[in-house]
Amino acid sequence: MSSDTTHAQGQQHPISIYLWIWGWLFVLSAFSYTVDLLELQGLLRWSLILLFMFLKAGLIVAVFMHMMWERMAIILAILAPPGAILVLIALMALEGDYTFVTRLLYFHNPAALAE
Amino acid sequence: MAEVLPGTPGETPGVRGLVSDWASDQMAFKNVPWGKAMMWIFLLSDTFIFSCFLVSYMTVRMSTLEPWPPVSDVFALHMFGADIPLILIAIMTFILITSSGTMAMAVKFGYEKNKNVTFWLLIVTAILGASFVGMQAFEWTKLISEGVRPWGNPWGAPQFGAAFFMITGFHGTHVTFGVIFLLIIAWKVKRGDLDHERPGFLTGRKGRYEIVETLGLYWHFVDLVWVFIFAFFYLW
Repeated sequence: MSSDTTHAQGQQHPISIYLWIWGWLFVLSAFSYTVDLLELQGLLRWSLILLFMFLKAGLIVAVFMHMMWERMAIILAILAPPGAILVLIALMALEGDYTFVTRLLYFHNPAALAE
Repeated sequence: MAEVLPGTPGETPGVRGLVSDWASDQMAFKNVPWGKAMMWIFLLSDTFIFSCFLVSYMTVRMSTLEPWPPVSDVFALHMFGADIPLILIAIMTFILITSSGTMAMAVKFGYEKNKNVTFWLLIVTAILGASFVGMQAFEWTKLISEGVRPWGNPWGAPQFGAAFFMITGFHGTHVTFGVIFLLIIAWKVKRGDLDHERPGFLTGRKGRYEIVETLGLYWHFVDLVWVFIFAFFYLW
């Protein structure tokens, strides 16, 4: 298999694929906006928000940024490191929760809020 | 013992290609122009910067005792006799997506060496980007006049203002620089720098249509970051 999709002349793909992805990004954005308009709450709200967000992000990176046509060497070099952010999110969620509980214990004055 | 065939760097697909690319000394990223590889690495570092902002926002929002301001109402606009929630943000989202579409097509026509169409698509992208920044300025003005400050606001948790100005401000700065570079590259395309491989004024390297794709990566990244800001800051 020669690399006829990523040759030295650069990325060349039919215009239809860009127009299709463009259309899908519009539709997905409309969906996320609808989540807010319908005032969905709780688990349904954020699972839908995250679903549409990741679909949009995936389409942009894969097609507009041509990642799906690149070689695995650069795909992994760019897309694997952000996984470390998951660790940061987990740590800071723990930290945020701890701060919240501490504030509740020492700074929360129910009488002041009831006024 | 089975014979292990070595992969050919830049040609063998899949995992074996990954190993042979990385094992081939000098250049790990086969068939990727250096400018594009460097842009990807810059964008990777930018990913971490924006992640730090969004994670900080998560932390302050989780740990505050006061209720978070009702975002959907804060960003509502009074239009056609009713308050439409988040309408300006929705319009900004569609504008940025549209600009990503025109940018993607500019890259395509650039590689086809279609100078005129590439130039106009880049100009349209720049105009859409500038209108995005304009709307953001309008949004900032509106919120500031309503009393939002980095240390407080009329509706609830004071951390709201700090997160809002930091995140959207940093993103808006990215869009602004993107617009400036779109105009510079559009001008280079128009003047024929890329056709005649005219050396750039700063690096002295030959002009090539690859720089349109490199610029495109930056512009799509700005759109990508907005996808996350829209989801986490405006919709959550």
